[in-house]
Amino acid sequence: MNIWLQIASAAFVVLLLFYLYPAAKHWMQNGPKAKKGDWQAAAIPLLLVVGFVILLIAMVR
Amino acid sequence: MNTLDRAIGRSTETTFATNKVIKNTYLLLSATLIFSGMMALLSLYLAVPVWTYTVSVIVAMLMGIFVLPRTADSSAGLGVIFAITGLMGFGLGAVISMYLNLPNGPQTVGLALGGTGVIFLGLSGYALSSRRDFSFMGGFIFAGMLVMMVAVLANIFLQIPALQLAIASGFILLMSGFILFQTSQMVHGGETNYIHATYGLYLSIFNIFISLLQILGIFGGDE
Repeated sequence: MNIWLQIASAAFVVLLLFYLYPAAKHWMQNGPKAKKGDWQAAAIPLLLVVGFVILLIAMVR
Repeated sequence: MNTLDRAIGRSTETTFATNKVIKNTYLLLSATLIFSGMMALLSLYLAVPVWTYTVSVIVAMLMGIFVLPRTADSSAGLGVIFAITGLMGFGLGAVISMYLNLPNGPQTVGLALGGTGVIFLGLSGYALSSRRDFSFMGGFIFAGMLVMMVAVLANIFLQIPALQLAIASGFILLMSGFILFQTSQMVHGGETNYIHATYGLYLSIFNIFISLLQILGIFGGDE
């Protein structure tokens, strides 16, 4: 990648970090806490996504 | 009108507003995806160089940060969201063209496209049908995004393929979580602006597609 594009990309990512930080702080401090079974309900579809990606990788190998 | 009637009336209004946000979001998302695809085809036809992708994404995301929040409550927001997604689609064409020239390129692009569709429809369908509240994932998702951004920043200069693979895998998981989060936000009234909701879902789909392309490109390559 061209050095100027690298610098522009890096500057943009730093800007994104500044932009995302307040949202992350807000959600970590004030976001609702998980109740019993909540993480399980989220983990199952996410694990299915992982399995699906592994299947796609097996198809291209 | 007694208290019960008022409560039922309010509940019906809320349900109606929620359904309207969901319907408008998916309609706008479909339209922006079609427009984005057309712009990708145009960029494929014009055979634009690969750096177009970086420039398009940076300009589109800057519009997403600075212009979209100011216009999302007016009809101008529709024009802005189409400009953002069109620009991102145009940049995507440059990357797709690069992958199409690789061995097994058409298969990689086809699988990434189909895979993205399956992941999005599956997760969104799950969040809509289960009607579970995934807002508890907000802290995890945003903190995860910060970590990923630091990794992306490091890899702009380091350019380590293993780190790139880890970033792409992490993005697929985070964006999958974000689809659950955003969809449940719409269902439970946490997101009432369909332009913001569309932008969030579009970014998730875009990131999942790019990450899948990278992963399948790495594993499907001859080297």
